[in-house]
Parts: sequence; structure tokens; C-alpha cells
Amino acid sequence: MGKLVRLTIDGIEIEVPVGTLVVDAAKKIGIDIPVFCYHPKLEPVGMCRMCLVEVGRPVFNRETGQFELEPDGSPKIQFAPKLETSCTLPVSEGMVIRGYTEKVQEGRKDILEFLLTSHPLDCPICDKGGECPLQNLTIAFGPGKSRFIYDEKQLLGKHIPLGNLILLDQERCIQCARCIRFQDEIVDDPVIEFSQRGRALQIVTFSEPGFDSYFSGNTTDICPVGALTTRDFRFQARPWELKAAASICQQCPVGCNLTVNIRREDKSGGAFVVKRLLPRQNEQVNEIWICDKGRFAYTYAGHDDRLNQPLVRKNGELVPASWDEAIDLVAERLSAAQGGLLTIGSGRLANEDLFNLRQLTTRLGGKTALYTHMAGGDLTAQVGVGQGTNFSDMGPGTTILVVACDLEEEAPIYFLRVKQAADRGAKLIVVNPRRTKLERYAAHVLRYPYGAEAAAILAMVNALSAKKPDLPEAVRDLNRSGQLEAAAKAFAGAENAVILFGGEGAGLESSHALAQGCTNLLVATDHTGRPNNGLIGVWERANNQGAWDMGFLPSSDLSGEIGNAPVVYIAAADPAGDQPALADALNSAGFVIVQELYLTVTAGQADVVFPAQSFIERSGTYTNGERRVQRFYPAVPELQQTMADFAIPARIGAKLGFDLEGSLANRVMDRIAAQVPDYAGVSYLELAEVTGQWPIVHRDDLFYGGTSYENTRGLGVQLQPAAQRGEQTPLGWVKPVEALQPAEGQLLAAPTTRLYDRGLTVRLTTLLHPLIPDPYVALNPATAASLGFIEGTIARLSLADGAAVEVQVRLDESLPENILLVPRSMGVPIAGLTTASLDVVERTYA
Amino acid sequence: MSAYILLRHRDIPDLNQLDVYLKNEGFAAFRKAVTTLSPDEVTDIVKASGLRGRGGAGFPTGMKWSFMDKNNWPHFVTANADESEPGTFKDREIMEGNPFQFLEGVALAAYAVQANTAYVYLRGEFWQIAEQMDRQIAELEDAGLLGDRLFGKNYSLRIYTHLGAGAYICGEETAMLESLEGKLGQPRLRPPFPPSFGLYGKPTVVNNVETLTNLPLILQNGAGWYRKIGTERSPGPKIFCLSGRVNRPGNYELPLGTTFRQLIFEHGGGIPGDRQVKAIMAAGASSALIVATEEALDTPMDYESVPKLGAQLGSASVIVIDDTVNIDWVVNKTVRFFNHESCGKCTPCREGTYWMRHLIDRIHAGGASWQDVLLLKDVAAQIQGKCLCALGEFSVEAVLSGIERFEADFREAARDRQAEQPLLVGAGLRSDNG
Repeated sequence: MGKLVRLTIDGIEIEVPVGTLVVDAAKKIGIDIPVFCYHPKLEPVGMCRMCLVEVGRPVFNRETGQFELEPDGSPKIQFAPKLETSCTLPVSEGMVIRGYTEKVQEGRKDILEFLLTSHPLDCPICDKGGECPLQNLTIAFGPGKSRFIYDEKQLLGKHIPLGNLILLDQERCIQCARCIRFQDEIVDDPVIEFSQRGRALQIVTFSEPGFDSYFSGNTTDICPVGALTTRDFRFQARPWELKAAASICQQCPVGCNLTVNIRREDKSGGAFVVKRLLPRQNEQVNEIWICDKGRFAYTYAGHDDRLNQPLVRKNGELVPASWDEAIDLVAERLSAAQGGLLTIGSGRLANEDLFNLRQLTTRLGGKTALYTHMAGGDLTAQVGVGQGTNFSDMGPGTTILVVACDLEEEAPIYFLRVKQAADRGAKLIVVNPRRTKLERYAAHVLRYPYGAEAAAILAMVNALSAKKPDLPEAVRDLNRSGQLEAAAKAFAGAENAVILFGGEGAGLESSHALAQGCTNLLVATDHTGRPNNGLIGVWERANNQGAWDMGFLPSSDLSGEIGNAPVVYIAAADPAGDQPALADALNSAGFVIVQELYLTVTAGQADVVFPAQSFIERSGTYTNGERRVQRFYPAVPELQQTMADFAIPARIGAKLGFDLEGSLANRVMDRIAAQVPDYAGVSYLELAEVTGQWPIVHRDDLFYGGTSYENTRGLGVQLQPAAQRGEQTPLGWVKPVEALQPAEGQLLAAPTTRLYDRGLTVRLTTLLHPLIPDPYVALNPATAASLGFIEGTIARLSLADGAAVEVQVRLDESLPENILLVPRSMGVPIAGLTTASLDVVERTYA
Repeated sequence: MSAYILLRHRDIPDLNQLDVYLKNEGFAAFRKAVTTLSPDEVTDIVKASGLRGRGGAGFPTGMKWSFMDKNNWPHFVTANADESEPGTFKDREIMEGNPFQFLEGVALAAYAVQANTAYVYLRGEFWQIAEQMDRQIAELEDAGLLGDRLFGKNYSLRIYTHLGAGAYICGEETAMLESLEGKLGQPRLRPPFPPSFGLYGKPTVVNNVETLTNLPLILQNGAGWYRKIGTERSPGPKIFCLSGRVNRPGNYELPLGTTFRQLIFEHGGGIPGDRQVKAIMAAGASSALIVATEEALDTPMDYESVPKLGAQLGSASVIVIDDTVNIDWVVNKTVRFFNHESCGKCTPCREGTYWMRHLIDRIHAGGASWQDVLLLKDVAAQIQGKCLCALGEFSVEAVLSGIERFEADFREAARDRQAEQPLLVGAGLRSDNG
């Protein structure tokens, strides 16, 4: 923190760091200076002129070299004749600000009157009505009466779709450019801009498709009027009818804090309905932003197809059964299996669910498996980022390494925060087999062939060590390039360094090698055990980290284990739907128990299906990629006849005579705290604690920060990794996976992650359907040409394990040659790097 | 020897040909500067000459250069050739008739601030001048007067032209820089000023065409010679753009301090039909209206005297209004102009000029009451002092001075409507929703 400056605002003396803007200094002491264009997260522009204040400065006498004094000895203050915009004015020593004089109030009235001349005043039908800064500030400062002739207002477009998700009402827009600046400054998707000039100034989009950004929803939060609205909430409810519940996004490992707005409504038969999801401020996690997937992909939870009673297979058919019947049957089969139980859970489950499932399984002598394509959760428990880590604190002196990860696709808010850190001066190293958007901000870009991610990291470790063991062939060029050594030195020399590793091209085995390589690099360069140092897994699901912590580890031979298990118990995973090989395995398994929200392919193959509850109906905790345990709260009553995922194993356990806690999630957490050392001391009470957040985003002065919710229900608790507790982290042996050599006529198929895939949550959100591509694979244009493919060719993709699907061919010049990029969860059952062949089915000329 | 300093082409034929310009001591000043003077010496000479910016603000040119941040490189020089003020047409004549003197001025400014790149930002309508200038720049490069390691010294300079897209606001220096960067032409916040944060965030000099055209002769003949022209605090010649109700409109290069009367009657040949001068706008559409009293007509046109009349000299675009013209008509023209040209960035200008346009249209069309005139005055006063840049502030100059100083004209315009209340609903109020 820099030097402090003392100033007086409306009679209150305050000391703030040099460089603070007057508007923010006032905010700190509870004085609201109204703004429209200013936003504490954006660069000030001083356009709306709403924040005008009277500014007085001490009078400096050049002759005496002293500040002049009043007769009473107080400093003489000279006030500028004109009002000044407090959003563009940095504080200076001795400054005196008057924010509520008659002159200032008059100025505010003037500006509001101007804004209202072009405003349609359609508050009664405006979605922003009730949480609208323009409305609120007009009531506070505006003129009561209009002097502008209504007929002279411009009539403009009321329903202009900027993209699939966001609509623009041109009449309501006050040209504050918050949306434009957010897209440009914060996320670097400058796809909307002003067109024309003067009163004709309008927001337009120039991307194809329109408003092409994963962050577009945030512009509706910070829009100070009802100009930008989301398609899901538009004309759906009035803000004052909504109740708010705190929640955590379950789409990715960032764990964005959410507020679920619900309403009990007639048109839904008196049911409680989720009307929208908004970000909830947590400056340590998501600040006040969320991505569009997190914002819009919630309708699945209230979908009509939800399972609402247990099912039991009778005569080959799944038929409804009572809970008692289903539980009895399962308990009976479990005791008969004598330890032959395989429990599969995914990172979609909460810690409490995973803990109880694990308890049940171990007491029965069974085995648990994490359903994932990524390894390394054991290592993040050791060298994960230290307690107190916050991307917002990263800037000069910090190096961030992102490896095997298309960060914007895998975890958009991590992308946003890493980009911000780089903007502030953090050094970014991007190590990836193909170009990604994140590279725009990178100081070092290292490219390795698909499959050589661990080798690339190993090469960095080697570059720093005196001993130079042999490196795999795949990275020898990279190793010789000099860039690698420069990057390694930038990493080693940094005061703080973090590594984010993702799932680009990853399968379990390679992911494990990568995580170990990253661990070795961190340990070798002494970047562990401290805040803003350590390893972050960009997991495929929200709670993979929690699953590892609760004892769920991935299985290296899931298919074999399923096939040989007398009883398989699957929670929140659809292996049979994802991969035909696993469906086959499941067919040869003994008794299959599934707990799910929907009748998935896997559930369809089960002997007993338990209807579970979605995250908006219950309590629980997720542990995010930074190992922050965060609590979500029930927002709507549970669907009748369903049970929380933690309650189902508890009830089975009770039947078997085990003491499992199934009544309340917080009691399960008490047991976790008692039995899982890393979680010692964690309680729901502690998870609900909130410390001061800056900027102050309150619901009662929406103009300052937008409609993002204030956090009153907990910032969560970041766990200490073993390294921070002083435990030694041994260097592990890194065994890079052997390079796959495609046979003649074959290609290397690499899995990648797309934000909008065909996963359950996205698929059931109709709003997002236009954004989900048809099944496709991507090829470098040169490779495509040599194989006779053009953009749009329909081809048959045959994977090495025998699976075959029809896909569309897309050309992507950012890909290396002879690589088939295959998006996960998009209709192609790809588990990891593999070989494949591609045959033309039909050429279409798009 | 020409009688002119800036408009020398008027008595030196073909001065826009490089060989003619060179024969008339062309680029001698630049050669002298680069080969014998240090950049700071050039700046000091310009400072000593008292040259003030001719774009409108009258800021001392040498002082502006000395503000260039010497810890931040590279530096840029940009010539503001956006000439968009209504009633201003001096830069065009310079660039058409005496382009090389202007380009030499650009080069001198660039040398003084050690910029290796200079841009000439021309308004879009000047595309023909731009094409010509591109050829002239190429000729200079061929002649070794622009390019790398000039005159065998370690100084290189390239000049480029850039066309705007037809926006008045791009004459505002920061909007011009935005436009030059390829962005929407909207002004930036000041401070920081261009000498510390200019083009692409680098220290930048923005000078008007006429200002720069002064430089070669100042460097050749010295500051003392220059100071003999004009007044003590406003030295040098100025091109006055005379237009409106005069017999001989046009550009007149005269010393600063020439009176309105001399310009209008001696040089401009007086008013057609020997009518009375009613009002004068000294700075184009951005002017307050000066009541043409005898005292006003005898006021010297320099940066200090004109403000005493409640107006500004600005770019010295003198628009003469005689007694056949109603001031509400004049105000209607200026308001419509600013409404059309407002960039829309800040609220008071965007909304205020739009509102003023509707009011003055009604007033001028005879459909308004005196209350509407008062409302117009109110709206103008409401805009004043709250805008992001000068455009918004200029938009009310003619309105406020016009209503205050020519009240009778507005009384006359509003006479048909006796209503004491301002019109609150239009005659054509939509009744389709009951």
C-alpha cells in the first residue's frame, strides 16, 4: 500500500492511499456519490457527469512556499468555480470535498433531467424497475417534473438482440459504456461498441454470432438501467417479488458465489421457481462476475424430467417403488456382496455426499472411485495454493503458469482473474499444445506436442538444475529453443508463483504425470506452502478436489473394475452414457445402484435408482480449485420423494447398522472435520463468516456496483495444504506417458473441453441450445487438405477403442498438424489421447 | 520578399511546387535547425517568439513543447488539419497554396521534441489535399529532406497523412488522437494532456496547421523579428477568416491586434448595401455573439482584448452579421450544428444539444412562447460547466449570449404565442393509447 493522503469529505476526515479516487474515498466512509458510468472495477471515464462535486484545495503561496492559513489557523481552502467529476479525480493532500451542497444537488438534478429527456420512462414494465440506479437516483436527486416534451423523444428499438442471451432496449440506454468497457477491459472480448454519435449513439455488436462472449451476462448486472436484459429473466418477474438464497456454482472448479432468486408463482402452480441466478460478491473467488454458463444453465434443476421416486428393476423393467422397499433391497444386496462394492462418485457431489458414500463403502469393505479424466488431487492437497491465496493480490512479482489448459473454456472466471493479474503486471507463462486466447497476455508461450505436457514441465525443471537428464524426444526442440529456459527462470525467480493445470489432451495417466511434474517444479523452486504459491487443478467438475479429499481416487481401470464388481453404486455420474465401453462393463456388473437427478443411460441400466436432489434444494459444501470450502444453501423446497445425496447412503447405512449422519448437512461436516485432517475445524458456522469486501456492493446503492449481491452468507474457508502446515513434500518420480504413434492413415485424437458441451446441465437449458455445436472434430487446414476434408465435411470418426461416431469436420489453423481435436461431452466418447481414423461420409459445402 | 508570412503563395507563384519553395529559402530553417541547433534551442527560439497556438486556445507553442515527457519515448507530433469550425478556411488555403512551409513547420516541431514520426490529421473532406500532400511528402523524401539520417545527422523523420471520417469533434485534440488510433472519435479526459499521454499513450504534440506554418520563418528570421509583428502578448500574424455579410469575404493575413473595424471595412470592403453590423462571431460557431457597438468594432483582435467583449478570439473565424439577420436564426444554425456534431460521450452535451435543438427549432419556427426561450436559456445554462470537453461548452455560447444580448429578436420570434406557460405537450401528442 502506498502513501496515505488525508482529505475531508462532507466534514469527515479520512486517510486513503494515494491514487484513490474521490468517489471511492467517499464510499469508504459511507458517503454515496451517485454515479452511472463509473464502476469500481472499470477505468474511470467521466462520461455521465453524475458524480459532480465541489472541490476545494489548500491555497499554496508561491512566494512564501507555505500553505495559506485562515485567521483561525486552519488551512485556507479555495473552491474551484466549476463542479468536478469525483470519479476521475484522485485524492490530494488537504482536499476538501463537498458532496451535498445546493450547487452539487442542483448539478445532479440537471444531469438527471438530461438523462430523462431521452428515457422512455417505462419503469412499470422494465425489468430493472425496483433495482434501477436511474430510478433510485431520480427519486433521490431528480426533478419531480418533466420540462421536455414527450413528443420530442426519440423512438428507438426496444427488443434488439445483441446475441442469443442479451437483448438491448435502445431507448433505455444512457450511453454510460459500462458494458462496452467491461467487455474490453475485463474480459477482452471487445465485441460491442458504440456506433454513430450524439443522440444517435447506440450500442451495436459486430461479432458473428452477436455478442460472442462467455461473460455477456455480467453486462446486465452492471448496466445501470434496463437497457441490457437477459433473455431468461426478461419480463419474467419484478425484483421485489424475488427471494434470494446464497449458492455456489457447480459448473466448474472456480466455485463462483451465486445468489439464486426465486419466486412462488401462480403460473407454476404455486411452486417456488428459480427466476434467475446472479453473482454474489466474493472478492477472493469470483469478485462480482460469473460466466454465462453459470448464469444460465440452471433450468435443469427444475426440469419436468426429474426423477421423483425410487425405481426398482422388476422383471427387467424399472418400476416405481417406495423408499423403504428400495433401501431394503439395496441393504440386502450390499450385505450379501461381502465387500464386493464399487462406489463411483463424481465432482458434481458435495463433500458431505462423498464423505457418507465413502463411509458406507469402506465399512462394507468396498472400494470407491472418482469418475474423472484428471488426476492430481492428492498433490494439490500437498502443494495446493496456500491459505490466503487470492488472484486479486497477484501482480508484479507473481508468475502464473497455465499448462495443458484452455482456461477460458474450462474455467472462465479463472481466465478472467488470471488475465486481470497479467494486466496488473503478473508474468504469465502459457504452456499448451495449441494457441488459446490466454496467450494474448502471456510473457512466455511454450508449445509442446500433444501428450508431452509432463515432459514440457520436466524440461522446465531440468532447465533450472545442474543435472540435465535425458528428455523425451517430443520436447527436445522446445528444450533447445531458449524460450523454455527463459520461462523457467521467470518462474523460478518470481516472488510468488502458481501453476494451473487443466485437461487439454489429458487422460488419467498423463494428467497424473503432469500434476507430479508441476509439483516438482513448485518444490524445486520453493513455491509451496505460502499464499499465492502452489498448484491449482482446473478440474472438470466443481468438487473434484473435495472428492479427492474425501478419499475418492480415480481408478486406472474403471471398465475392468465395474465389470468385475458384484455391486456397483454410482452417484452423480453417467459412465454408460459417456462411453459405450463403460456401458458394456456395467452390463456385466452384478447389482447396480444409481442415485441421480435424471434417468440417465446409466440409471436406465441400474437395478435400483434413487432420486437425488439438486444443489438448489439442499445444503452442502464444495471445495474449489484453490481448495476453498464453500457452502451453498437451499433455495427452493426439495422435490417431494427425493433425498439429498448424503442422506441416501446414510439411510442405507442405518439399515445395515452403521452410524452415518444423514439428517443435516452441517452435522456431516462436523464429522468430516473430525475425521478428515485437512478439514479439521471446518464448520458451517465458520463457512458463513464474511469479512469486509471492497468495492462495497450493496443492494441499497445499486448504482455503484450493479445488481450483483452483497455477500452475507459466507466467503468460505481456504484449507491449508500440507506444505503450509510444514510437512515436507517429497519430489515424485515423473514418468511422462509414452508418445502414441498413429499408424498409417491414422491421426492422434486429443480431447479438449468446450464450455458449452452436451453435458446434462447445458443440454437441459434450452436457452443455450443454439450455442452448443453439433458433434465435431477440428483439424488443421493443411492436414484436412491432405486428407481431402473441407470445412463441414461429415465424417466417420473411429477411435482406437472401437467407438465410432459421425462428426462434422471443422478447420482450425491454430491446431498443430496431424491432430484431431475432439471436444469432450459432445457426442464423441473420448477418454484421453488416443489414435483414430476419419473417413468421409458426405461433403457439404457450407 | 513577400508581404506575407503565411500566405506567401499569394505573391510567389507556384510556391506549392517543391523547386519553387526551395528557391525561396525553403527548408533552410529545417536544415539549420537539424545541423546547427539543439532541439532545446529550437524550443527556446519558439518560446521567445511568443507564438501562440492558432487552433483556438492560444496556448504558447514553445511552452507546450517543453511539457513533453522526456522519460517516455517515442514522441509524436500531430498536425491538426481537421479544420471543421464553421467559418474557418485558413488551413485549407495554407495546405493548398503553401504546403511545403506547413510541412517544414511539422518537421521543425518534430525536431524540437525529437519525434521521428509525425502525422497530419486531415478532415475527411480534405481527401484531395491529402492525396496531394502524400505526393509532396514523397517528393521531400526523394529530395532527402525527410527520411533517415537527415543532413547527415542522427535525426530521422517520417510524416504521414491520415483522413478523418467527417466529425467536428475530431478537431478536439484528444478525440483526434483517438481517431488517429483508429477508434471512435470521442475526446479523452484531460488531464493527462497529450504531452504526457498522447498518441498510443506516448507524449505527443498537437499543433494547428497555421501554428506550424509560422515556424520556418521564426527560425529563419529570429524571435525578435517575429515579436515586432502583432501585440506584446499576442505576437505574430494571424489569418482572419472573414465571412458572413461582408463585401469581400476571405482569408486575411494581418497582425494580431488588428481591429474588427479594420478587418471588416478596410480589408473586407464593408457590408453589402452599407447596412449596419449587428453582431460579430469571432470564433465561428463556438463564439459568443458580440454586439457590434462602436467600441466593439474598435477592439483589437488578439487573445487578451476579445475576452473583454465577453467572447473569445478562438480560431479567428470572423462571421459578420448585419441588421437583416435575426439572431434566433443564427442561434438555430449553431445549435443545429452542435447537435449534429456532439459525439454523445457526455450526458449534458449529448442530451442538452438535442433538447436545445428542439427548443430553438420551435422558437425559430414561431411555435413557441417566451417561456420556451427562458427554458432554452435554462437548458443552455444547465449544460455550461458540466461537459467533458469544450464542444459542449461551446454549444451554449451563442445561445446564452444571443438571448441575453439580443433579447428583442427572441421576443419577436416568440410573439405569436401569448401563452405564459411553456409548451408541455406537443400539438401532435399521440392519442393512440387513450
